[in-house]
Amino acid sequence: MADRYELRFSGSGGQGMILAGIIMAEAASIYGDKNAVQSQSYGPESRGGASKAEVVISDDAIDYPKATAIDCMLAMTQEACTKYHDDIKDDGILLVDTELVHELPKGKFKIYEFPIIETAREELGKVIVANIISLGLMTALTKIVSEKAITDAVLSRVPKPFLELNEKALKIGFERAKELKEKK
Amino acid sequence: MAKVKRFMQGNEACAEGALYAGCNFFAGYPITPSTEIAEILGYQLPKIGGKWIQMEDEIASIAATIGGSLGGCKALTATSGPGLSLKQEGLGYAAMAEIPCVIINVMRGGPSTGYPTGPSQSDMMTAKWGTHGDHPVIALTPSTVPEILTETVRAFNLAEKYRMPVFVFYDEIVGHMREPVEIPEPGDLEIVDRAKPTCKPEDYKPYDSNFEIAPLAAYGKDGYRFHVTGLNHGDDGFPTNDSKRIDQGCRSIMAKIENNLDDILKNETVDMDDAEIVLFAYGSTARSASFAQRKAREKGIKAGLFRPLTMWPFPEKAIREAAKKAKVFIVPEMNLGQMSLEVERCAPGIEVKGINRVDGEPINPAQILECIEKYK
Repeated sequence: MADRYELRFSGSGGQGMILAGIIMAEAASIYGDKNAVQSQSYGPESRGGASKAEVVISDDAIDYPKATAIDCMLAMTQEACTKYHDDIKDDGILLVDTELVHELPKGKFKIYEFPIIETAREELGKVIVANIISLGLMTALTKIVSEKAITDAVLSRVPKPFLELNEKALKIGFERAKELKEKK
Repeated sequence: MAKVKRFMQGNEACAEGALYAGCNFFAGYPITPSTEIAEILGYQLPKIGGKWIQMEDEIASIAATIGGSLGGCKALTATSGPGLSLKQEGLGYAAMAEIPCVIINVMRGGPSTGYPTGPSQSDMMTAKWGTHGDHPVIALTPSTVPEILTETVRAFNLAEKYRMPVFVFYDEIVGHMREPVEIPEPGDLEIVDRAKPTCKPEDYKPYDSNFEIAPLAAYGKDGYRFHVTGLNHGDDGFPTNDSKRIDQGCRSIMAKIENNLDDILKNETVDMDDAEIVLFAYGSTARSASFAQRKAREKGIKAGLFRPLTMWPFPEKAIREAAKKAKVFIVPEMNLGQMSLEVERCAPGIEVKGINRVDGEPINPAQILECIEKYK
């Protein structure tokens, strides 16, 4: 890998973007053999407002903790997509939720569209696991952490009664990402 | 055995460091972006028999912290800029009455209530000059999450050793970012406890001038009773008008620092041996500076990084030394130029170029690299 691999999780406060970033970084650094740093920016609101978490993954020490040229970005709302897509690399990836993101930005990066929130609601009956589906999608799209590492990281953070739900959410993410890739 | 590695936030590492150092008293008033420290200690301290109290405001919080320390506890408070302003009266008192305590200040945009969720480094001069009168200051400036843990331990050690308030200052970015941290085992890091009196309670003098730093008894414990005041005082702690003793007292609280610089100062240097362009950076900005410094070296530019972990007392000697070879100092900081003034003071005749940002965004490596390239 290059000396820095950068991911950005963006959406609205309350969608679990910061948690998704933390879990991805844990998958890389605690359940994987890489180094990772997670940082975030958020507004004064605890719900709503554009929110983003950034994760830098490297084999080496990481000095600058924020994104400089993004390899993969998730946008769960239009506002976040419009506001935060500028730093995506030409050969980078943008993953958007089709329910809330309608205007796609122009750029040389690859765009994947998937109904993340709808899938959480319709197939799993819980909108709250949308961020876990997106972790599955991003893992399979980027391969920056292994499916095992992300699974270990997610399950270590989930209370027992919700293990199965979260595991299912991740698996949906893995599988649908493969379908998305085949379509491209 | 491999050490336990946890992925944690800067503020969480601060709470871990405090507990590791033996902190058993916290008084505070929650404020973004420092709140997690109070929150975690509120959960952990009662479990180990420590005391945790939320006071009505920051003035009361520093007062309670001082009281906890006088009672024999290792005491901590945590705040951000607006709270730091309110604590100044108590901080002067702690310096004057020589009471050990640790103050964590997680810097957000200012002045006033400013930008609560945005990072800043604009309290650096408040650490030094916030409270009135000549007073000793130790302020530590970690840049990484593991360093917040170890520097919080060091802050307690310095406070206990030198009987004074010690600051740990870091910006919101380092406070809220997460990194893997190896949790130290007991014995891995040095822990200093304050010296206790060996004399009988009736002979005890809390400011005994025969000592460089007089032992501090736990107030009221084992029969030790004494007077504590913010007024100039004699060896017994009672106010004095004796000009000789006033002079001695004022000088001795400062001499503790001046006589022990080797023990208190700490910094990290990268490629400084032949550095013509010296980056002076601290906190999260030092991480941007490190990135820019690496890129500059890759381009063959003789750039070095000087990163103070002890900001106050200022590393005067090291900067004077670096100034002998440097043609420019670049000082990136998230304020409108604070530490750059200190660098200027210690590097007469050398250009000192500030890179300043107060929009709540970090100073990015590209900005620093661009500045370096202008001087190559």
